[in-house]
Amino acid sequence: MTARAEPAAAPGPAAVADRTTEPAPPVIRPVGSRGLLVELATAEQTEALHAELLRRRADGSLPPVGEIVPGARTVLLDEFGSSAQARRLAAELPGWQVPPLTAGSGAVLEIPVRYDGPDLADVAALWGVAPDEVARRHAATEFRVAFCGFAPGFGYLTGLPEPYHVPRRATPRTRVPVGAVGLAGAYTGVYPRSSPGGWQLIGTAPRTVLWDTARTPAALLAPGTRVRFVPLDGERPSPDGDRPPDPGGPPDREERP
Amino acid sequence: MTADGGLETVRAGALTTVQDLGRPGYAHLGVPRSGALDLTAHRLANLLVGNPESAATLETTLTGCAVRALAPTTAVVTGAPCPVAVDGRPAPWGQPVRLRAGAVLEAGAATHGVRSYLGFAGGVGADRVLGSRATDLLSGLGPAPLRDGAVLPLGAPAPGARAVPDAAPWRTPGPELVLPVGYGPRDDWFTAEGLRTLVTGIYRVSAASNRIGLRTEGPALARRREGELASEGMPLGAIQVPPEGRPVLFLADHPTTGGYPVIGVVPAAALGAAAQAAPGTAVRFTPVRSGSVSGAAGVPPPR
Repeated sequence: MTARAEPAAAPGPAAVADRTTEPAPPVIRPVGSRGLLVELATAEQTEALHAELLRRRADGSLPPVGEIVPGARTVLLDEFGSSAQARRLAAELPGWQVPPLTAGSGAVLEIPVRYDGPDLADVAALWGVAPDEVARRHAATEFRVAFCGFAPGFGYLTGLPEPYHVPRRATPRTRVPVGAVGLAGAYTGVYPRSSPGGWQLIGTAPRTVLWDTARTPAALLAPGTRVRFVPLDGERPSPDGDRPPDPGGPPDREERP
Repeated sequence: MTADGGLETVRAGALTTVQDLGRPGYAHLGVPRSGALDLTAHRLANLLVGNPESAATLETTLTGCAVRALAPTTAVVTGAPCPVAVDGRPAPWGQPVRLRAGAVLEAGAATHGVRSYLGFAGGVGADRVLGSRATDLLSGLGPAPLRDGAVLPLGAPAPGARAVPDAAPWRTPGPELVLPVGYGPRDDWFTAEGLRTLVTGIYRVSAASNRIGLRTEGPALARRREGELASEGMPLGAIQVPPEGRPVLFLADHPTTGGYPVIGVVPAAALGAAAQAAPGTAVRFTPVRSGSVSGAAGVPPPR
């Protein structure tokens, strides 16, 4: 880390929140002999480190590594060429100057949404607002894909402020349709295919195909992608089923989102 | 590229899938690596019929399978040893056999191990998804598992392709599966006793094992922390410990992220043996130096 004066006051809540405070250094954990799990204190630091790793991979200054997999508070770096490379990076990485994520320049992926989900009223009650206001606030938020998982094409989108985080449903649905837009914890997600699921469903994205193996890239959402939901005001679902095609998948997939 | 002919499935067996080297490098998109569970046997099958190691083979599960060659081809059965027959007549395991058009190649039930590999000159020619023909049972990517009557194309053998005639020796699975394990990344979620239990307890391969993971039966690993982790990346070979405490070893079709702690990781080179361990086989985890970050992990750290 570069030298920077620590705040003179003893660290308290105010100091912790102070933007000039150096973030806690990442904790680096072994993953076999050729991998590392880098653990960070916050989602923001995790996304910033992931962006930095991609920059360094692109400019050739990161040793070749097979997988870079972000999680909620971690980045997994797996399959370095040798354990010596993994060790060297583990020693070097805590000293990196990682720039914070900047609210963006560049393209934002727009996902048209009808806010008609079966849990919209429940979410509105949890937020203490009217259902229309849930739609307005959700659509006014800029999201970012923090990480992917559960199924190819499923992104965990961050961006909603903490007061809008909601629990998963007490009873998961046995079948959530393709294109459903849901909330759980800090995340928003769009189901790339029908599957079991416990997220609170607030809408439908009828025009967006999140996963298509005939397309390059197959996944519309990758870690770091910026996303905005655009309300489809006043549009009625078409009678012939207003959903993107369901690419299908094993029906017995373990339910997680 | 595709030659006339191909294969017709006469008997699909318990589970027969198309496999190759899989789809590494897409874990960040939620795409499992997939690919042959016993990569050594898969590579050997290709070598023996003159294919590059990236060509697709058929991976069987316990009960083998039977396919009819719709045009003349050369085939071989490797991996789990099993009785091999061509049109009902015994044929050698581990050696290439010539099939005339219409001949039925039968790989019988495994006499040792779990998964046999059927290689064909030119390779199985299913469509590629993200660069691979592998069937991924977690995500449903790649061709569906074989069904009786299903027809699969074969690729054209590479011009000048030369088979490597000497079958490499195949190690018969012993009475016990020994898996080296380096502790971490979440060994600190377990008590010292839990860490010791992993490397001193006797586990058995559960019948619930599949291409996603080798499940075990045995003593539960005591945890010092309850609850779930925030979702994090899961490596191949991870030993994930769900709340009931029995270790699950992640194989090729494993989920790319998860919320249960990973107590240790088994090197990829040891996973072929895991893929050949039949239900009921004794499993012993042996500690290895992780060597990567935190130094020696040969003994459970005191805490």
